[in-house]
Amino acid sequence: MAAVKLIGSPISPFVLRTMIALSLKKVEYELLPEKLGEKSELLLKSNPVYKKIPVLIHHDRPICESAVIVEYIDQVWPESGYGAILPADAYHRALHRFWTFYVDDKLFPSLVAIGKAETEEAKAEAVEQFRAGLRLLEEAFVKLSEGKAFFGGDQVGFLDVMLGCFVVWIEAMEEVLSLELLEEATMPALHGWVVSFRAHEAVKEVMPESGKVVEFFKMIRAMRMKAAADATN
Amino acid sequence: MAEEEGEKEVTLLGTWSSPFVLRVKWALRIKGVEYTYVEEDLRNKSPQLLQYNPVHKKVPVLVHRGRAIAESSVILHYIDEAWPHHPLLPHHPYEKAMARFWCKFEDDKLSPPLWRVLTTQAEEQREAHASAIESLGLLENELEGKKFFGGQTIGLVDVWFGALAYIIPIYEEITGLKLVEQRKLPRLCRWMEEFLSSPAVEGTLPPKDMLLPRYAAMREAFLAKAKRPEQQ
Repeated sequence: MAAVKLIGSPISPFVLRTMIALSLKKVEYELLPEKLGEKSELLLKSNPVYKKIPVLIHHDRPICESAVIVEYIDQVWPESGYGAILPADAYHRALHRFWTFYVDDKLFPSLVAIGKAETEEAKAEAVEQFRAGLRLLEEAFVKLSEGKAFFGGDQVGFLDVMLGCFVVWIEAMEEVLSLELLEEATMPALHGWVVSFRAHEAVKEVMPESGKVVEFFKMIRAMRMKAAADATN
Repeated sequence: MAEEEGEKEVTLLGTWSSPFVLRVKWALRIKGVEYTYVEEDLRNKSPQLLQYNPVHKKVPVLVHRGRAIAESSVILHYIDEAWPHHPLLPHHPYEKAMARFWCKFEDDKLSPPLWRVLTTQAEEQREAHASAIESLGLLENELEGKKFFGGQTIGLVDVWFGALAYIIPIYEEITGLKLVEQRKLPRLCRWMEEFLSSPAVEGTLPPKDMLLPRYAAMREAFLAKAKRPEQQ
């Protein structure tokens, strides 16, 4: 019986975060995907408050919330694999956590709003908001990377993991909606970062295929449109 | 070892009424860290605030050795790591993860329904009240066998929840709805007393006679807004 289990699948960017962390640490685990539309007994028992994935189960104890899980993984396996995920000093840890909070509180909701927008106007507004957020992250990247490949410098760090999980979704939405979200012209540093991030061995190992994410996005979009159409009939 | 002038300088930008700022004050007090407090007028933000928190332009902001940190959760973690004595977070990874989980729980499952109890009425308020009571019940369970959420001493979760200890009685007074009843949530009731009378907290609270009208006015404003027809 595996000592480490993870409930979820990498289609969810929040689950992907935790898989990238486990991959960076080269920790073996059992992945337990949930069926779409159904919540397993194990999930409901392990995360009764939120009933959401990801849930990490270590020595039979569940840990919920992706940011909490990634910090837990970093603390339990400090030197494994590629080493520390959180920066060593308190100030840089604060910067990584600050921007992670920004990603979860502002950037991710604006990405969701793009996908959910029902009018061209709403979509344009959501896109502009998202791009504005990315421009802030472009600045943050220049400051934090100090000329190196990642927010964490030479190594993939906390913010790399917490933001990088959305890369494949951003690309999927660009393809399906015929948009440019991560503009190379205005965000050259982030563009470079995406290439480095995607090329990292630990990331490649768990990153879902672009095609699968595109199909999944199309599917949930169709489901949402159908639900909206049914509601107005 | 002589420290350079300004090396040990800690400044906190805040407002008198903000519970988020209070969290930081409590943490600094627990750690025994001296600091300069700067009261901000949020209707007229200082150049310092705009420089130190350009992304959100909000308080609290902690400035340590000339470097600014924003977001109360980030600040609390920073304080705990920069001044490791009297730890706020447990050392054990699982205990630490649980503490962080409870902080998230407060943000997601307790604060929002409490806010709706204050700012709504009728059915919406009843639902919010029920939701808040359910969440408070989980906190009650968590306190079993413990004086504080952090155990025998105040920890991060206590600091995170702390404002509830003085805000809940105010909400109860304004709305006439009971949230923490002695006979139903005895541990939580006792926790509120212990927390408010602890050395870290004593004397830090905003005056009730200034807070109560402030929250009452918020309730009035939200109820009035709800009555007005939607402007397109």
